[in-house]
Amino acid sequence: MNYMKYVKQLAVIMAVSFAGEFLNRVLPLPVPASVYGLVLLFLLLITKAVKLEQVEETGSFLVKIMPVLFIGPCVSLMTVMGSVADKLVSILAVIGISTVVVMAVTGTVAQAFLDKKADKEEKAHE
Amino acid sequence: MNDLFRESVYFGFFLALAAYWIGLKIQKRFPYTICNPLLLCTILIVILLTAFHIDYDTFDQGAKYITYFLTPSTVCLAIPMYKQIQVLKKNLAAILISLVSGCIAAAFTIWALCAVFGLDAVIYHSLQPKSITTAIAMGVSEELGGNPTLTVAAVIITGLFGGIAAKLVCRLFRITNPIAVGLACGNSAHAIGTSKALEFGEVEGAMSSLAVVTAGVITVVLAPMFSGLIS
Repeated sequence: MNYMKYVKQLAVIMAVSFAGEFLNRVLPLPVPASVYGLVLLFLLLITKAVKLEQVEETGSFLVKIMPVLFIGPCVSLMTVMGSVADKLVSILAVIGISTVVVMAVTGTVAQAFLDKKADKEEKAHE
Repeated sequence: MNDLFRESVYFGFFLALAAYWIGLKIQKRFPYTICNPLLLCTILIVILLTAFHIDYDTFDQGAKYITYFLTPSTVCLAIPMYKQIQVLKKNLAAILISLVSGCIAAAFTIWALCAVFGLDAVIYHSLQPKSITTAIAMGVSEELGGNPTLTVAAVIITGLFGGIAAKLVCRLFRITNPIAVGLACGNSAHAIGTSKALEFGEVEGAMSSLAVVTAGVITVVLAPMFSGLIS
């Protein structure tokens, strides 16, 4: 009865999602259910309250199909484009430029730190 | 035409999957970054809906069941994070410093660009949280006096654009370390960036997931400090 494994895994994932939803309702912060759930599942895994085998296959499947899950929200763009049509070019420019800047700054800073660390470790080995 | 589809629950569901499948086919045939399946599929669906005068709500009647899985899927990002916990522990300082720098850079560039383009305060406040995950972004936008619907649009365009630009930006700025690539993707393009980072590799995906959560928290604290700059 191997397929029961997937049912159980999905049940665990849904339980954590439900707990996230509950925290979202109860706590007065603008944090979505999904992020509460993510942090919760991470803590459960660290503390071994949930074992990796209890979520792994089904969870990895859900992570893999993630781009498909964004289709609805992406198509919903068609409903708001009209209202900012006259400023659309400026808005797109702000979004495009700032996205590249954030990506470049985050990546470059991380890369610099990690390179330095790698150098140090190399010297320590010598 | 709407009547034909209005009753159907599976029309939108089918159209979404079929369009994504076509998007994947096109990407396989033309393997350029701009041929992003999610972008192609979105364009295809918008064209079809417009051409046949089907409104978004009719489409969403079926598509929303796909969207429902977004929360459990995001929850499961904890799995790649957990698998990479050693990497996370070992590089905690580098991770945190780069994420905070990225968020400060976001706040500054969005303010400067909005000022340059003469965008009003409502648009500025709507764009401020655009690099973080949708639900947190909406909350922040509302808090600051922005338009949450515009924020959702900005968040999604950011994600789509970030996913498409990731490879090129990383090459251009010589970001090669998988940890740095993942952090860059997640910090700039949230969950959509993370789905791209997962294509690069497991470490990239895990670091990107971590960045999504952390960037959300940092921005909640940071955005109000910058919100008064345009009023």
